[in-house]
Amino acid sequence: MAGNEKNKATIIAHSGDMDKIYSALIVANGALAMGMEASIFFTFWGLQRLKKGGLDKGPLSKMNMFGLGKWMVKRKMKAANTASLERMLQDFVELGGKILACDMTMQIMGIKKEDLRDDLISDYCAVGTYVNEARESAITLFI
Amino acid sequence: MAEIKVDCKGETCPVPLVETRKALRKAEPGDIVEVIGTHPASKKEIPMAVKALGLELLELTEEGDTWRIRIRK
Repeated sequence: MAGNEKNKATIIAHSGDMDKIYSALIVANGALAMGMEASIFFTFWGLQRLKKGGLDKGPLSKMNMFGLGKWMVKRKMKAANTASLERMLQDFVELGGKILACDMTMQIMGIKKEDLRDDLISDYCAVGTYVNEARESAITLFI
Repeated sequence: MAEIKVDCKGETCPVPLVETRKALRKAEPGDIVEVIGTHPASKKEIPMAVKALGLELLELTEEGDTWRIRIRK
């Protein structure tokens, strides 16, 4: 691969909705699998999903119907043998993906490091880190 | 030279692609990774990943719904 070719994917996970966290992790894992570097910057509602035990606690972005819609979608996903969010997050880290946590969200929402899955987080940072990652990226998404 | 087998039968997006990448990362240069699966899109996409990674696609065979892809690292 050419040395100066952009070969990175940088994703902002702003939504904490279950289906959108799926999209973020699938794209990020796909990028790693295809030989790119990847990082996910978790901010606002997305950061809630990095709380201990919180990864699959988000609602569905549409037709959640107080959890009924989410329950139905989860059943369909199980029938289709879809990987769990936890498995995809573990794969992401195993393949060298970087998980970045937004420190301003932590401050605003009163989230402490010990509330989060610190072992998986490579950095606690702010917009400058995102921009620095994104400027070297061929793919950057806001989810 | 080792031969590493990855069974992704019944798995769906993005598992076959991710499991292939995980196996390729662990393999030594010269090793062969053989992936078996049933997810239709992965049959096209694993060869794309192999190309992007600059590796050698040795073989792609199909038997019914099952495909088998052999890659040399």
